[in-house]
Amino acid sequence: MSESTVEALVGREYTAGFVTDIESETLPPGLDESVVRFISERKGEPAWLAEWRQNAFARWRGLTPPTWAHVDFPPVDFNAISYWSAPKSQPTGPRSLDEVDPELLRTYERLGIPLHEQAFLAGVVNPETQDGEAAPARRQVAVDAVFDSVSIATTFKEKLAEAGVIFCPLSEAVHSHPDLVRRYLGSVVPVSDNFYAALNSAVFSDGSFVYVPPGVRCPMELSTYFRINARNTGQFERTLIVADRGSYVSYLEGCTAPMRDENQLHAAVVELVALEDAEIKYSTVQNWYPGDKDGKGGIYNFVTKRGLCQGDRSKISWTQVETGSAITWKYPSVVLRGHHSVGEFYSVALTNNRQQADTGTKMIHLGRNTRSTIVSKGISAGHSQNTYRGLVRTSPAATGARNYTQCDSLLIGNHCGAHTFPYIENRSATAVIEHEASTSKVSDEQLFLCQQRGIDAEKAVSMIVNGFCREVFRELPMEFAVEAGKLLEVSLEGAVG
Amino acid sequence: MSLLEIRSLHVEVEGKPILKGLDLTIGAGEVHAIMGPNGSGKSTLANVLAGRPGYEIVSGSIRFGDQDLTALEPHQRAHAGLFLAFQYPTEIPGVSNMEFLKAALDHQHAARGQPAMNAAAFMKQVRSLAASLDLNPEFLKRGVNEGFSGGEKKRNEILQMLLLAPRLAVLDETDSGLDIDALQTVADGVNRFRAPDNAVLMITHYQRLLNHIVPDQVHVLAAGRIVRSGGRELAEMLEAQGYGWIDA
Repeated sequence: MSESTVEALVGREYTAGFVTDIESETLPPGLDESVVRFISERKGEPAWLAEWRQNAFARWRGLTPPTWAHVDFPPVDFNAISYWSAPKSQPTGPRSLDEVDPELLRTYERLGIPLHEQAFLAGVVNPETQDGEAAPARRQVAVDAVFDSVSIATTFKEKLAEAGVIFCPLSEAVHSHPDLVRRYLGSVVPVSDNFYAALNSAVFSDGSFVYVPPGVRCPMELSTYFRINARNTGQFERTLIVADRGSYVSYLEGCTAPMRDENQLHAAVVELVALEDAEIKYSTVQNWYPGDKDGKGGIYNFVTKRGLCQGDRSKISWTQVETGSAITWKYPSVVLRGHHSVGEFYSVALTNNRQQADTGTKMIHLGRNTRSTIVSKGISAGHSQNTYRGLVRTSPAATGARNYTQCDSLLIGNHCGAHTFPYIENRSATAVIEHEASTSKVSDEQLFLCQQRGIDAEKAVSMIVNGFCREVFRELPMEFAVEAGKLLEVSLEGAVG
Repeated sequence: MSLLEIRSLHVEVEGKPILKGLDLTIGAGEVHAIMGPNGSGKSTLANVLAGRPGYEIVSGSIRFGDQDLTALEPHQRAHAGLFLAFQYPTEIPGVSNMEFLKAALDHQHAARGQPAMNAAAFMKQVRSLAASLDLNPEFLKRGVNEGFSGGEKKRNEILQMLLLAPRLAVLDETDSGLDIDALQTVADGVNRFRAPDNAVLMITHYQRLLNHIVPDQVHVLAAGRIVRSGGRELAEMLEAQGYGWIDA
């Protein structure tokens, strides 16, 4: 049974692939100082930020794209990309919900993200059919919706303000909370950290800013929903979350894009700062358009995400479910500077058809008795390539540091690849570092057992894959866990023929 | 009307003829045993009934009730009431037995337009079945067949049979690798299953299973065909004389 029932993992349906017909102001493709200046001017940025961007742009020009990742794609022409696109009706970001262009509201409704202040479901899965379905227990989630280069609406701002929580577009925070932004922007991911981070620093458009004051437990989940709409446009959002002493915040992000034949670049930066005793939980369900079954089109998702456990006993936890994008290059990391601080990384990365993912994490142990946990689940199907790349580093000062890494790969079919590159750099004599890895395959026997008991092949694959991912799904907020399970199912559609 | 009717069945595996004109009729309420030497095609018969990919029907027919079994996908055969207890049950790590059993039952109910069993009733039934088969209820939380001993896997197959209540249960060498106590437990399960409206097809190499589950008919399979059919005495003769006389 060579071309067996497990084969033929093709024909996925991407339900978020529609285009919103809206008039946009879009810069012509190309990148030079004047483009960077245009963005600063459009946003009315203060001089320090305009200079910061120009500095980043100068640094970027001296950098070359990284080539060490296990991915293969033609060089990106950075002058073929437009670095600014905003709906004409909304060039400068949100005022109030009443003023948001109804066409934009409809876009988010279709995606399952109602921007009125009511319960919300992530909607990165199957937005078209969500109406009328029995929804799991809904609760309030505040949403910042980013459409191409601008944030178009942020909900529940007043309610959050009562708790002292700041949740607004970054471009707004630059004006309303300049000290906070200036202190922390680039403090975790320096402008010249890497090629894509430098590019983002020069041209970042919008994104979310969160500040949780000391001792405050954020009263609801915060969420940003990213949507790329315009053609030939890159999305360069930037997110900055600061959790002050003893505070807690849980943040979710979701992403989709229309189906287009050409590749589009998404180069985001996310910075998290946790002060003493603070905790940040950051969850991602990434469903950018993955390209068609032959690998045409799709998003290049080149993202730098890093958290700094600055204070003692602080904790940062990344949970990601990555199913979209043609190419994923992403390593959400934690720098454990505070003593007794904790870093976690839980990841499900699924690739199908011609998708390529090189993703993992870095846990940098600097403080005493710091602990990190890495659980990575890679699922490869079709002709895809799925790579885990992770670094665990302990400094001599990180006495008593502990890391536990578990890295599992699941293969579906005979034409895909799973790769694991764990790097361990231990300079602490008292550190304990554990690494476990496994590779398994959805076998024809497993599928046949399920079918013989009455479970059709497609459902069987989905059940087996969900079982494989259970440890990670457990870490997601409940609504997202439900979404993630459904998303895997959609992403594996046609997995068996 | 017979429950299963196989007519001049020819089956190839990887281009090699295995079954060469097999005829078999099983009526409701009956237990049939198929015996035969290694390589005679016993397991091929079990797999072809369940529709395992790779087993190609060259000619012949299989009717199951009023349906042409060969036209159905493997999962549709299960919905129609055909159950195969595997010779080597496979493991599915991460998917708990409980979840697997519920999914199987729900799919079968849905396919037949029956209402789903509610979770509490389901749990109760599964627990009671597990107890009757000497399976520790803890096994329900573990992955499907994950870390099970050979005997536990076989008892788990019988549990699934009792839960899913098929019209025809095909037991593929369910007795192999069982010690005498486990064999008795499994046999008790099968005997409990027997009813006027269902049937059992046991495939075995050894006569000893038939001491515990008494068949209505015994068939001897050799070189892809049934060469002799009879009552239980046929099995005893095989036990005494081996398979050597068949070729004659």
